[in-house]
Parts: sequence; structure tokens; C-alpha cells
Amino acid sequence: MAAAQAVPSSRRRFRSMEFVIGLLFAGTMTLAVLFSGFLFPDGGESMDLMARLVPPFTDPAHILGTDPLGRDVLARVVVGGRISLMVGVLSVLGAVVVGTLVGLVAGYYRGVAEVFLMRFADVQLALPFILLAIMFLAILGTGIDKIIFFMIVAQWVQYARLVRGSVLALRDREFILSARAIGVGNGRIIFHHILPNVLGPIVILMTLNVATNILLESSLTFLGLGVDPLIPSWGGMLADGRTYLQSAWWVSVFPGLAIMVTVLGLNLLGDWLRDLLDPLGQTNK
Amino acid sequence: MSDGPISTSPYLPQKGAGALLSVRGLSVEFGTQNGPFKAVKDVSFDVEPGKTLAIVGESGSGKSVTSLAIMRLTDYTGGRIVGGEILFRPAAGEAIDLARASDDRLRQIRGKDIAMIFQEPMTSLNPVFTIGNQIAETLMLHEGLGARQALSRARDLLQKVRLPDAERLLERYPHQLSGGMRQRVMIAMALACRPKLLIADEPTTALDVTIQAQILNIVRDLQSEMGTSVIFITHDMGVVAEMADDVVVMWKGEKVEQAPVREIFAAPKHPYTRALLSAVPRLGSLTGQSLPKRTPVTVIENGEPKLVGETREQDTARYDKPLLQVENLTTRFDVGKTFFGRVTHRVHAVEEVSFDIYPGETLALVGESGSGKSTIGRTLQQLVEPTGGTVRFAGRDMAAMSSSDRRKLRQEIQYIFQDPFASLDPRHTVGYSIAEPIVVHDLIQGRASIDRRVHELLEQVGLKPEHAKRYPHEFSGGQRQRVCIARALASDPKLIIADESVSALDVSIQAQIVNLLMELQEKRHLSYLFITHDMAVVEKISHRVAVMYLGQIVEIGTRQAVFENPQHSYTRKLLSAVPIADPQRERAKTRIDGEIPSPVRAVGQEPAIHRMREVEPGHWVAIESEPLQGAA
Repeated sequence: MAAAQAVPSSRRRFRSMEFVIGLLFAGTMTLAVLFSGFLFPDGGESMDLMARLVPPFTDPAHILGTDPLGRDVLARVVVGGRISLMVGVLSVLGAVVVGTLVGLVAGYYRGVAEVFLMRFADVQLALPFILLAIMFLAILGTGIDKIIFFMIVAQWVQYARLVRGSVLALRDREFILSARAIGVGNGRIIFHHILPNVLGPIVILMTLNVATNILLESSLTFLGLGVDPLIPSWGGMLADGRTYLQSAWWVSVFPGLAIMVTVLGLNLLGDWLRDLLDPLGQTNK
Repeated sequence: MSDGPISTSPYLPQKGAGALLSVRGLSVEFGTQNGPFKAVKDVSFDVEPGKTLAIVGESGSGKSVTSLAIMRLTDYTGGRIVGGEILFRPAAGEAIDLARASDDRLRQIRGKDIAMIFQEPMTSLNPVFTIGNQIAETLMLHEGLGARQALSRARDLLQKVRLPDAERLLERYPHQLSGGMRQRVMIAMALACRPKLLIADEPTTALDVTIQAQILNIVRDLQSEMGTSVIFITHDMGVVAEMADDVVVMWKGEKVEQAPVREIFAAPKHPYTRALLSAVPRLGSLTGQSLPKRTPVTVIENGEPKLVGETREQDTARYDKPLLQVENLTTRFDVGKTFFGRVTHRVHAVEEVSFDIYPGETLALVGESGSGKSTIGRTLQQLVEPTGGTVRFAGRDMAAMSSSDRRKLRQEIQYIFQDPFASLDPRHTVGYSIAEPIVVHDLIQGRASIDRRVHELLEQVGLKPEHAKRYPHEFSGGQRQRVCIARALASDPKLIIADESVSALDVSIQAQIVNLLMELQEKRHLSYLFITHDMAVVEKISHRVAVMYLGQIVEIGTRQAVFENPQHSYTRKLLSAVPIADPQRERAKTRIDGEIPSPVRAVGQEPAIHRMREVEPGHWVAIESEPLQGAA
């Protein structure tokens, strides 16, 4: 066991498979999406009705083929990532911040705060998601900011429940008691001792939820509650390509692959991050 | 698998001939990230029929792995037997090599021919089945009994381990029993099929001393009645002296010495055995002396024993003005509540307790689990709100203090917990943890000065400054407790509450930590409230002793008075239950029975408060209206 400490953790830190592959996948997708305006100035919207449903790898102008309206699939995949990544990442970050704070407060202070917050969370979990979405977006109207806001509202509960559970298990641990015995105040206990110890599960749930939210956006768009259907997004392209799956698989497979690669990359980075945050990380695999 | 060190080990055919179990050149490996780790290296020993073999060693010595390997349970914990043989002679049939036996054959042997008891009786019993069902299951499986027959046998077994009211006990669930009762149930289960060999892995370590004495008694009686051989795994030399016929001493995975028990204690040969024995605190070693005494500890350095430390009387206490005065302290917890939130039952953890601690003095608070000793510590540290009574620190009443003064009190009183690993945040370096009290109380400003102070503290407790960057899991148990002590010292306290702080440590480490605490007391003029159940350690470290029973102090006085002239029947019972590390000594014939009653009471049924009388100056004893159950 002593030999494990021989390798300085700083070097081991960036050598893991998870980090390298995760960064490669998620990084490539993010870079492509960030520079999409430069790569495809037309935004993937120029139609060429003469070149409809061109199969991939046949026409150098359309490497990944074209869709039923003759739009370049590659361009749309790259441009579509803008909406998808923004929705996926921002909604998750928002939900994490809100949910974690609520969970920490409820779990640490217990009492009325816990009862109120957790019952509220239960009520919200009991409402069907689609019903909530229709109600919410009918009132607010549609648009990417509203979608992100709605997803935060719909999902913070998951984090609050997760964090509260972990805090309940942690708050009676002896190192928390010993911090209190030293005279450490509540705020410092919550943010210096409890929060670092609940980050592991949060990170895992986060990476899973990015994928779910990318797909959720497409469901909402499909229902007409999401973004303008003309703006390309991965979820939207998947939904559009569905009808052509028998004849032109590439219309939906490539956006699907884009989602897969991004999510896989993020999950690997999440695993890596969890281990990095945990000084014991190397042992519990 | 077969080309292990078996060829290199001395093979002793004659000696193993009559043995029930004969272990030859056993080696066990565990796969780790850094390649295989040899937990047991080339260990050989025999267990004679009807005898008790004790395997002694400290944590990491491989003693438990050896016992698991005999049952081949290492297969389930990631271990692999890489060499040697384990010859066992079952009741029927030929001797077999358990190291190579098939899984089916092993299943027949486990529980029937060889049984095992573990340290933690709660986790070894299944919480969702009744006691009766669990014992009957073993009997139905191995003996082929019917359900009714098995249950009546189970009842007989429970009577054998002296559990009262066996009939009703069969219907109970594990959580409804106390730790001692559960361990007795475990013994009943282990002995259900009259095994030839019983392996007991630290069976009494988690139990109170009086309960431990009961369990040891039961094991000894049943052994002579049934002729079972026993392998007793323990770290406690006192238990060894009381139980064993032969002793195997293990160190770092190797057997370093084997001898009959009297020889081991009288003339230990290996340096490690000598170091181990020198570290064992012996009850009665300070008889006739009024002050606690620091004595050197033998430690092994580069394979050679070396004496570390000095002999010095702990003349540190100043009896002019008390540092801490506790008067009629009462702490109760509400438990049972009705649907409408009305309290029905309370735990009477501490009832009207009064004592003083003087500067430079160590007051030991002794008692068994549930006696309320830890609650007193926690109440003083403001981790628990008292129900009544007054606490004065340096003359000031705690209840009348402002909240900032109360915060200040948390700087002047520090608390060291039992389990150093649990009490350090695993996500922070130990340097961070040690610096925390300094930062929180704003004692030193500036990163560099704080770092310098942390390094100083680490050196004071015998660690190195570079250790500050490490995480708790990178330390050994003893080092972690040193870190906790450094953390407690960081805020420059006047009083340290040590709550079973050395109980979980190996004896040699324990002796060093006790010496460290005494040294720090002298250098920094600290007062200690030393909470423990271990009478031998108490004798070594404390100036005065308070014995607690069911939330009240039943005897308080100087260490010499309480140990040499115990007045209360419970104090005597406690002292007589301590296993003595001396096999020459006559084994106590007195049987200790009974359990400590529960401190949970219905509302309105307050316990009677003992009145105290002074038997000699400063030595107070509770007046007993009726003698305690089973008192010596």
C-alpha cells in the first residue's frame, strides 16, 4: 500500500485513460460546436433540393450526406450542437447549484426547512413531466432560455434529494462532530467538510443528466414547446430523421452519434473528476 | 500453486501426527494495485485436540487472514493461498488438505467440523431472522434435523451459553439483544453441531470487560465439556494469559515465536514478543505509588528492540484552584414519542454528576458502555445540551456565558475521539485539519506563520513536517491519533477530553501515545479528562479516578485509593473482570453474571440519586442500598 504513494498524484492525475479519451471526445465536439459559425457560415440551413438524401461518403461536398431537404448533415450536426450543448450543460449546471444548496440546507439543519423543502420536492416529483412542461412553457412562452429555465425547475429536485441523503449520512460522522468540537461554525462545516464529501455522486448524476437533457430538448421541440423547429439541434434532427430511417439512415444516425460521443466523453470526464476529488479514489474502483 | 515455499519450510511429520489441525508453510497473497501482497508468509503450527491455541499479533500481522485461510474464506475476500497445506482431521474420514479441498467438501466442513465466531456479533447475525431461526438453520443444514427438533436443540444451546429465558429469546431479533447476548448467541450457533475446532477471531474485543469475562468463562466451560479445540485470535495479552495453552506470535505476516503460554510470558525469545509484552499495561503495576508514572516503551528499530522514553513520575497536578467544576450535571435524551409528539421515554445518560478537575491533573472517567461517560465529555465540549446542573470553567459559569465566550471555550477545551480515522475529514490533508482550529479561532494570521505552526505541532507529536501534505488514509492508526492530538493542541487548550482515545490502538502504539499524552501534560501543563473502559491504562495515566455506573458516579478518589481500596461493589467487579497478562496467576473462580440495565426510563420514573459518603479524605463512595447483581 505504501508504494501507491510513490507516484506523485499530480502526475498520475492526467495519465488516466478516462481523462485522455474523455477529453478527446468531449473536447473535439465542443471545439467543433464553438467554431461552427466559422466552419459553416450558412448555419447548415442552405437547401439544395437537387441533392436530396445524398448518401454519406459519396459526395465530397456533403461528406455525411444530405437530409430530405438537401441540407448538409455534417453542417447541421456541428451547428445543431450549439443548441444541444447549451441546453444540456447550462440546465444541468443550474439544477446542480439550486439542488445542492437546497439539499445541504435541508439535510444539515433538518427541522422545518427540511420538511417544507422535501415535501415541495415530493409534490413536484409527483407531477408528470410533460404536464409540467406544457403548463410551464404555455405560461412563459417558448425559447431556449425558457427551456433551460424550465429544466432547472424540473430537475433541481433530483439533486436536492441526492444531496440531502448524503448529508444525512455525513452529518453524524465523527469528523463533522470533531470539527464542531474545535469550534468550526455551521457555514464552514457545510462548505468545507460536507460539500467536498458529497461531490462524487453529484458529478455522476450531472454527467448522466447532460445526455438526458439533450434528448429532452428534442422531445419538447417535437411537442412544439421547445426552440424554433427550424433551428437545427441534435434532438430535433433525430426526430426528423426518424421517418427516413428505413431509406436514409444517415439523417438520424449522425446526430445520434454526436450525442453519443459527447455524452461518453462527458461521462468519462465525470468519472475522472470524481476520482480526482476523492483522495481515496484510486482504491475504490 | 503447488510450488510454494512448502519445500523450504521445515516439515515436522512427527509433531503433526496427533494434531487436529496442522498448518504447514501457509502463505496467503492478496492482489493489490501494486502487485501481489503477501499477508501471510510461510506460517506453520499445530492445534492439538481439546487445546487452545492463541494467535497474537497487532493489526496487519496477518493473524485474521490466517484464521480465514483455515476455513478457506480468503477465497471470498480476494485472497489466494499460494503455498502450504492445512491438514484437518474431521470427525469421520481421513485427514484432508483444506488448502486444496473442493468447494463442496469445504461447505460440509464449515459450520459442522470447524466453526467460527467473529468480532462484531451484530453484523454476523442476519437482522431479519429470529435468533431461533438462525440457530435452527445451521442444525437443519448440517444435522438434517426437522424444524421442531432443531428449535428445541436451539433452546438447549441458548441455555448452555447461560442466556436466561431461552424460550422467549428464540422469538427475538438480533437488534433486541445487547452486544454480550448477541455474542453468546453466536457462540451457541458456532457450537450447534459440536465442531471439533472453533476459531474465535477477537470475539470479545467489542465488548465491555465484565461481559468479556463472562464470554471467556463460557467458552472455557464449553470447551472442557465438549472437548473442542479453539484457535483464539486476539491482540490482548491479558486474554491470552487467561485462555491459551499455546501461543503463536505473528508479526508482519510471519510467525516469529511459538511456545506454551507460560514460556511466552516468562521468557519471550523474539525481540518483537519482548516489545509486545513490555507495552502491555498491567493492572497493579503501580500498587503502592501515589502518582502516575511514565515508563519507557520497547520499540523495534531495524529489527532490534530499543527502549524509548524515560521513567518519570507525573507530578504535574496543582491542587489550589480547580480548572473545571462540574456540579449536579444531568443530561437526558428524549427517545420514545407518542403520535402527538409527547415524550414517553428518556435516556438518563448522566444524572447529577459532580466532579472537579485541577490544572495539570488527569481525571479518569471509567465505566462500561451506556454508563454516560462519553455523554459527560460531549456535554462539556458543548456537543450536547445539558438538562441541568452547572459547569464552571476557570471559575466562569458556562450557562451564563455569551455566545462568543462559548466559542472561546471550544478553543480552551479540546476533544480527542476514539477513532482517529473517523474523526479526520478524508477529503482534506492533515495539514489542513491541524490548521483548522487556528484559522477558525483566528489565532495566527498569515499562511506562512500558520504553516510553520502546523509543522511545529507535527514535530511535537512525533511526526514529520512533510506529513502535513498527506491525507489521513496514508497514515497508520497510531500516526493518525498523533495527528488528532496535534489538532487538539493547535488551539493551545487548557483541558483535553480524551474519549477512549487509545482504546482502538495496538498495545505498543497505545503505550507510546499514553507516554506522549503524559509528556505533553508536563510540557504544556494540560489537564485531561480521560474517558475509558480500560482499567490498566487508567492506572498508568490518571491522578484521580471516577467510576461511573448507569449515569452516576459510584466512586471517586485518587487513583491509589480507588485501585487499592475499592469500596463500591461495581468498582470491585470492574477490577476483577480485567484479564491479567500473567498466566501464573490463578484464574478467577468467581463467576460474573448479569448485564448493565438499560438507562432508558419512562417519563416520571426518575432513577434514585446515590448519596455519597467519604471513606477517606477525597475518596467518595455511593451508599449502596442493595448490592448490585452478581457483584464480586
